[in-house]
Amino acid sequence: MKLHEYQAKGLLKSFGVPVPDGRMAESAEAAAAAAAALGGDTFVVKAQVHAGGRGKAGGVKVVSGIEGVREAAAAIIGMRLVSRQTGPAGKVVSKVLVEKGVAIAREMYLGMLVDRDRGRVVVIASAEGGVEIEEVAARSPEKILKVHVDPAVGLMPYQCRILGYGLDLPQDASGRFAKVVACCARALVEKDLSLVELNPLVLTAEGDIAALDAKLNADDNALFRQKDVAALRDLSEEDWREVEAGRHGLSYIGLEGSIGCLVNGAGLAMATMDIIKHCGEEPANFLDVGGGATVAAVTAGFKIILADPKVRAVLVNIFGGIMKCDIIAESVVAAAREVGVKVPLVVRLQGTNADLGRGVLEKSGLAIIPAVTMDEAARKVVEAVGN
Amino acid sequence: MCGGRTRTRTSDRALVRGTLKGAKTLGILVDKDTRVVIQGITGGAGAFHTRHMIAYGTKVVAGVTPGKGGQSVEGVPVFDGVHAAVKATGADASCVFVPPAFAADSIMEAADAGMKVIVAITEGIPVLDMVKVKAFLDARGARLVGPNCPGITTVDECKIGIMPGHIHKKGPVGVLSRSGTLTYEAVDQLTRLGIGQSTCIGIGGDPVVGTTFVDALGLFENDGSTEAVVLIGEIGGGAEEEAARFVKEKMTKPVAAFIAGRTAPEGRRMGHAGAIIAGGRGTAPEKVRALEAAGVRVAESPAEIGLTLKNALRAK
Repeated sequence: MKLHEYQAKGLLKSFGVPVPDGRMAESAEAAAAAAAALGGDTFVVKAQVHAGGRGKAGGVKVVSGIEGVREAAAAIIGMRLVSRQTGPAGKVVSKVLVEKGVAIAREMYLGMLVDRDRGRVVVIASAEGGVEIEEVAARSPEKILKVHVDPAVGLMPYQCRILGYGLDLPQDASGRFAKVVACCARALVEKDLSLVELNPLVLTAEGDIAALDAKLNADDNALFRQKDVAALRDLSEEDWREVEAGRHGLSYIGLEGSIGCLVNGAGLAMATMDIIKHCGEEPANFLDVGGGATVAAVTAGFKIILADPKVRAVLVNIFGGIMKCDIIAESVVAAAREVGVKVPLVVRLQGTNADLGRGVLEKSGLAIIPAVTMDEAARKVVEAVGN
Repeated sequence: MCGGRTRTRTSDRALVRGTLKGAKTLGILVDKDTRVVIQGITGGAGAFHTRHMIAYGTKVVAGVTPGKGGQSVEGVPVFDGVHAAVKATGADASCVFVPPAFAADSIMEAADAGMKVIVAITEGIPVLDMVKVKAFLDARGARLVGPNCPGITTVDECKIGIMPGHIHKKGPVGVLSRSGTLTYEAVDQLTRLGIGQSTCIGIGGDPVVGTTFVDALGLFENDGSTEAVVLIGEIGGGAEEEAARFVKEKMTKPVAAFIAGRTAPEGRRMGHAGAIIAGGRGTAPEKVRALEAAGVRVAESPAEIGLTLKNALRAK
């Protein structure tokens, strides 16, 4: 789960990470009032959307005075922000963060996440901030410092010092940097975060350290024990179909193609998308209905797939293991009947009792196009779209 | 015929290898002598799959659910803890069906009780719990398979987990995968081509798993009954790249592969917690390139996994 910048900064501040004074606002008026309450003359107005690349997309403005804040907020709120991360459709901005301006002496990078290959949390720091860390890693890997955290003891002070001194900061600032590292690591562990990224983390002209930007992702699997983090979820930032799928225990991701897919199992669902592409068409979605493919799951799946006007045919690909194909075929037939599938429907059932399953499909009286192999199913559904 | 001769030669070599190593059991990690305890046996999934494991021939000797000691499920005695279950039954492997909130604790309990192989089926364990579990298990020398996996089956000997047993056929191919149903698909393709399997192992779809591709490839390389390996990977992380390095440097047996997720968009989690392209890393094309550079035959289409393995065997 992604958090907005203002939420991330609020959470990190509660763990002792220094962030600029700021307030979230949902209108130009509220933004001006926020600036007045913050005081000072230089402000930064930042679009709050779940996507990076906001600066280049015109979603971040540095302005003078309260009027400047009002104008910037009026321009940003309601805009369709398009960046590499939003995709071509972009995202409509409904909130801004108004912050006091900070005089920057140096920009740095601090990030932490689970290093999958090592199975441990890794803390990454770089003297080069304000640019994407992947870019630094590709161009000058020597500028990236890493320490791995032993889960039995947690991040140790010496590791924070390694990073602080490694960035070649002034003596007192390196101490403050080390403290920020420790605070972030504590937040990561206590709040089950899957990513903490401060980019840039800056040394101010006054010699202080401040997180000018903050990106936090929370581990979805841990939300059951992080109620306060779960409460920060902003459903307006998410595709309603994905939210609806989640409510039914399904996993759905909308894509750009014309062939809807309904599959049991994540790996097989990805492979089904791939074989559609292999046969010359594009998948409209990823959808994993779970291993069992029950009537309720398949019905919910059909409804979500068919809500996409781009869908011109649907491919159901189910491997029946312990759950037998005839039972699954009955689910598919019941769901197709309830939802009233109007586009061509190709159903491929394989595994236990596959023949019985195909018999159920034939007897249903529905215009289902049956297939035996994945290859045949993909070819048939691509053909159906071509017609 | 050329193809026929090649096949005969392969089996002869496997036979010799088996004899040389004096391998008395066939397949990896689990066999007909493995004694299994089911953690979470009184839950719906636990009880259901216990029945199927027993039907397959697995020696399920005990179940564990705290507070339900003394009961029995499918004729299997239930204990309050793994230590007590081991003491009473001599169990040496465990299968975990415990819900995500309590799964890490259960896996550590199994390791502390001396289980050699722990198979965690549970999906949805917090990743920081798995970070702790991994360190705990590494210190005790226990092997974890999973979590978020279908389990492991040594064909006709022992099935631990939720794989459909009857799609398998005994034979010389090891199957190794991050997925569930896609693994069954591959196994089914092999069986239909008349190619049997030695052991099939699902390593799980989470970002942090116990047994990696490299671990399992090493076990297959040393297994007397395995002549070739099918590896089914997917987007996210660098496990396939590490596997490619291992194949290039250490493997003598042919490996065929498929990578799911060529059409997956960046930055989205594709069902599995670990299936995500992050920062441009973990894409299908880079994994395919790494594997092909290591001499692995990679199937273009998921419908050709079985065929690709067959060709790899023939070319050997």
